[in-house]
Amino acid sequence: MALLDIQNVTKRFGGVVAVDTFSHELEQGKLYAVIGPNGAGKTTIFNLITGIYTPTEGKITFNGENILGLRPHKIAQMGIARTFQNIRLFPMLSVLDNVRTACHKYAQYSILEGLIPTPRRFRNEKVLTERAWKLLELVDLTDRAGERSKNLPYGHQRRLEIARALAQEPKLLLLDEPAAGMNPDETQGLMDFIERIHETFNLTILLIEHHMEVVMGLAEDIAVLNFGRTIARGTPEQIQVNPVVIEAYLGSEEN
Amino acid sequence: MSEYVMGILILVCVNLIAVLGLSLLTGFTGQFNFGQAGFMAVGAYTAAILTTRADVPFVLALLAGMLASGLASFIIGIPTLRLKGDYFAIATLGFAEAVRLLVENLEKITGGSRGIPRIPTYTTLPLAIGMVIISLALVAFYVNSRHGRNCIAIREDELAAESIGINSFYYKQVSFFINALLAGLSGGLLAHYVGFIQPSMFGMIKSTELIVMVIFGGMQSLTGAVFAALLLTSLPEVLRAANAWRLVAFGALVVLIMVVRPEGVMGTWELSIGNLKNAWKKITARKIPAAAVER
Repeated sequence: MALLDIQNVTKRFGGVVAVDTFSHELEQGKLYAVIGPNGAGKTTIFNLITGIYTPTEGKITFNGENILGLRPHKIAQMGIARTFQNIRLFPMLSVLDNVRTACHKYAQYSILEGLIPTPRRFRNEKVLTERAWKLLELVDLTDRAGERSKNLPYGHQRRLEIARALAQEPKLLLLDEPAAGMNPDETQGLMDFIERIHETFNLTILLIEHHMEVVMGLAEDIAVLNFGRTIARGTPEQIQVNPVVIEAYLGSEEN
Repeated sequence: MSEYVMGILILVCVNLIAVLGLSLLTGFTGQFNFGQAGFMAVGAYTAAILTTRADVPFVLALLAGMLASGLASFIIGIPTLRLKGDYFAIATLGFAEAVRLLVENLEKITGGSRGIPRIPTYTTLPLAIGMVIISLALVAFYVNSRHGRNCIAIREDELAAESIGINSFYYKQVSFFINALLAGLSGGLLAHYVGFIQPSMFGMIKSTELIVMVIFGGMQSLTGAVFAALLLTSLPEVLRAANAWRLVAFGALVVLIMVVRPEGVMGTWELSIGNLKNAWKKITARKIPAAAVER
């Protein structure tokens, strides 16, 4: 059974068909990529999976459960975490608190215990801090833990956003253009990092990316989108020589 | 202490309790409430009717006022807090006006625009200060808990908060409920201090005054809320000699702060032992280069 099963999903905004009968099955533990020119509907697919948009038609099941029409926090709680194309951290919260907030399901103390200090609250908070600290170690941000996240350099913010997503211990991680705005060195660092978390957490990852070296270097399975439709799917080797893909990106050859 | 000063201090406490609720809801959770006076009115009228008409003990009447106000927060919150945008703020504005008009027209129960006279004056300064300390402690513990962090996350970026599994509607409603409880308490204390309430005490002006205090003190600082309630409640009294000009001075001060320091007087700074130590270190650190030059 596929971990995430998207069946014939269509999303229309008025007259615009952003995603047109899109289908995709993600197997547990594999690394997938969706590529396509700007406006092909890639981010819309992420927003459909995470419940920010509701599909006009189609079915999405996660782990065998229907997630259509659920609110975003429910879908997140089921084990789908994501990052955003334009980084969305909590700017005024410290680096540590950004991650601690995402760990909140590992503390059980109630709203009433939020109003008064209790031993359980103290213990729970300690667990959260330890968890968050481990994740900051993973993304190498412990030396900036106390800083406001808005003061971090761009590359660090990207890493922090991934740490925040990992803090939920998701089954599926959606990365929306993680290498956007990165130089070749940073991109290489990011690729190694994604490879590492993919293996250590046995994560299923779906990524959207424009950097072809990232996509070709990481993904085992690539879907190519154009105008909301899947025009090709296959391994990196297959995609690179697919004439339909080349046409979508470069235009067709004139006879 | 003269009765006059004591009276001002009680008013500071009454305002502060309502401002603490607003600070949690607007400052920390990011939901603007322009109708705080409406919730105060619900608390004030419920408590006053119970003590004057039914001889209910003061403490129970206060609690009933708080619960009535808390209940109102669900009536407004459930339909509007699910929506994104300014719907909630508009609804609170409408709610406060609706409460005022309702009170004015239910003459048999509320005394209409003539109000409720001869309310027993049970509110004393020690009681008011005690209530402030309890409210302040509860709110301060809350904003530093995991639930409080979730509220701040919602204020910072609601979509991102949802994406890490935070039920934004739930946390907004909890903040709104706590806010309403505190506003109800504030209203009940006010009624039993002044001894008389009428609808015009809970109009737009009162709501505006309270939200101005939150913004003035610093949206994300409870220290700021305390400071602003203290200063902005007592200032018009201190300037009473200047008569008509005192409200102009009040307005000018608020404008000045917004121009010079838009994040409010305290910004995000909180009074705590750790923060005081840091501030002291900053001050003493400046002296070190001077000592080095002497050598």
